[in-house]
Amino acid sequence: MSTLTNKAKAVDRSPMSFMEKMYLPAIAKGMMITFSHIFKKKPTINYPEKQRPFSPVFRGLQILNRDEEGRENCTACGLCAVACPAEAITMEGAERLPGEEHLYREEKYAAKYEINMLRCIFCGLCEEACPKDAIYLSETFAPADYQRKQFVYNKQELLIPHPKENPEAYQKALGNRANKATSN
Amino acid sequence: MYLSTIDISLILEKLILIVVVVSASLVVAMYTTFAERKVAAVLQDRRGPNRAGPFGLLQPLADGLKLFFKEEIIPNLSSKFLFILGPALAMLTACMTSAVIPWGDHIDFFGRNVSLQIADVNIGILYVFGVVSLGVYGIMIGGWASNNKFSLMGGLRAASQIISYELAMGISLIALLMITGTLSLKEMVVQQQGGFWNIVYQPLGFLIFLICSFAECNRTPFDLPEAENELIGGYHTEYSSMKLGFYLFSEYINMFISSVVMSTLFFGGYDIPFFDESVLSPNVAAILGIAALMTKTLIFIFLFMWVRWTIPRFRYDQLMHLGWRILIPLALFNMLATGAGVLYFN
Amino acid sequence: MNISTIVFLLLSLMAVGSALMMIISKNPVHSVLWLILVFFAISGHYILLNAQFLAVVNIIVYAGAIMVLFLFVVMLMNLNADTEPIKNYRMQLVGICTGGTLLLLLVLITNRMDVEQLVETNAGNAGLIKNLGMVLFKQYVLPFEISSVLFLSAMIGAVVIGRKEEPIDQNPNS
Repeated sequence: MSTLTNKAKAVDRSPMSFMEKMYLPAIAKGMMITFSHIFKKKPTINYPEKQRPFSPVFRGLQILNRDEEGRENCTACGLCAVACPAEAITMEGAERLPGEEHLYREEKYAAKYEINMLRCIFCGLCEEACPKDAIYLSETFAPADYQRKQFVYNKQELLIPHPKENPEAYQKALGNRANKATSN
Repeated sequence: MYLSTIDISLILEKLILIVVVVSASLVVAMYTTFAERKVAAVLQDRRGPNRAGPFGLLQPLADGLKLFFKEEIIPNLSSKFLFILGPALAMLTACMTSAVIPWGDHIDFFGRNVSLQIADVNIGILYVFGVVSLGVYGIMIGGWASNNKFSLMGGLRAASQIISYELAMGISLIALLMITGTLSLKEMVVQQQGGFWNIVYQPLGFLIFLICSFAECNRTPFDLPEAENELIGGYHTEYSSMKLGFYLFSEYINMFISSVVMSTLFFGGYDIPFFDESVLSPNVAAILGIAALMTKTLIFIFLFMWVRWTIPRFRYDQLMHLGWRILIPLALFNMLATGAGVLYFN
Repeated sequence: MNISTIVFLLLSLMAVGSALMMIISKNPVHSVLWLILVFFAISGHYILLNAQFLAVVNIIVYAGAIMVLFLFVVMLMNLNADTEPIKNYRMQLVGICTGGTLLLLLVLITNRMDVEQLVETNAGNAGLIKNLGMVLFKQYVLPFEISSVLFLSAMIGAVVIGRKEEPIDQNPNS
């Protein structure tokens, strides 16, 4: 049988020579290899103190976006829920009443918006489906909890902090993802 | 052994020495567990325990505390007394060996000449050998009393392994004894202080002794009694809480003691290399001697760990083959060659 | 009553008691463990006689090696009290006869013993390694060597018995 590549190596089954049978040179060689690892750079980082940067394509927890004046972008159109392959998103729409213009950007808004983080596969299809730039995936992940119901995130938990009332937290939550979305 | 003529102050002195030596070896063993994890980490490009205290130095305390708080389970069908006796014996035999080791020369303590050796018996090395050979009982009894086939297999493996390697160890020791002409560890050290270390005369004997002490301590590559992937945990499968801790701990004490014994027998004990201790005052010399012995011991302990994280475990037939068909003939040859050498040169 | 007498009595008590327990106990593993205690007591006696070498060799050889093998075998055989076969009448008779003979011999020997020549504790150097070696290799060199030949033959016998059966050769002429 001819080989397709030249990567295959025949196993050497010739009887061991005396030096090989003594094993000691081989053991010494192996020990030198492990010894050399003492001086190698350690890839481990001290986690809570030091954190690795997220990759730019990282997809984490969803965030419901607001515009610059702090109005919610979401219009409860339901495209994200339709796009969601895991069926993790549920929502209820409501009509904006007079006097609520500072809260919601358009006439319709999501009265209830829930994402089940146990179902969510963080595929990012909701972000792609959204016509209003209302939802995007951030660079954090869902923290552990003791109860399953805690993983159903409601609107209050998903909403980004208010840009005027709490601008620092807003910028932090915006992260790199939002910039990318606006540049498109 | 003149029991009636021993005076009170000598008893007191020896008692203090025993307490110091035993607690020192316990502390060293405790930190050996820490060092083991650290060395393993460093050899595998990891960081190792570094959370408990500065640099993780309180890790052994945390481990010990954890073991104390673990639930203690005694199997229902086992012999309870023997089940408890097992780890106790393992610990006892591990601690007993330190009695005949000369930790240093004597010190002057307010005009009293205090020897830094608990008992300078004229059969020192044989005593070590005897106690080590008893060490297997702790493992065997524990393994049998667990009433578990894996534990029993571990105990039996330990027994056959220790008996097999004891032979080669004893024969390699005989070759050493032919050169030194004494069984007292103290005298051996004094001889080595004057001349070369015994490793110069007995390189092959040392190699055999080293391999055998790896086997006697149940250390990798000879850790078949507790081979996890074959026997779950070997003889301590059924043990939990501090009784398990005793087994694990006695292994580390054994490692420490056998490192000390190897340093004493082959590497001059408390002798400082290329240095004449007699120019110093006895107290300074004694302290430096202890430091020298500890340095040698630490190097050996590091060797134990280094080997553990390099060489994979032997198969059982390979173990027996190495013990009976390689080490024993080699040790016999070494003994004959040494005997011939002693006859020729004297 | 000096201290060595007390130690002697304690050790003797331990030796005899453990020996009795070894015979009495139902569980063979317990018997082996009691026997180990007997060896320890005897080693203690050796130390009292200023024979440390003999004491430690007794521990290494008997307690450390032979009894480990005993324990090894007993543990592997899985002997339980209920699986022990009931010995028949004949066997019991033979047992009583041999035991009685041994007892009789012991009584006779102790009766005839010269009480004046009792060994003194803490004295004498007969058990020290140097003197023992001199006696063994000069005075008793022939019995010593003969016993070593005996051991060698026992060893060869064990190897012969323990060897794997060779596959039966098809051709007897070869």
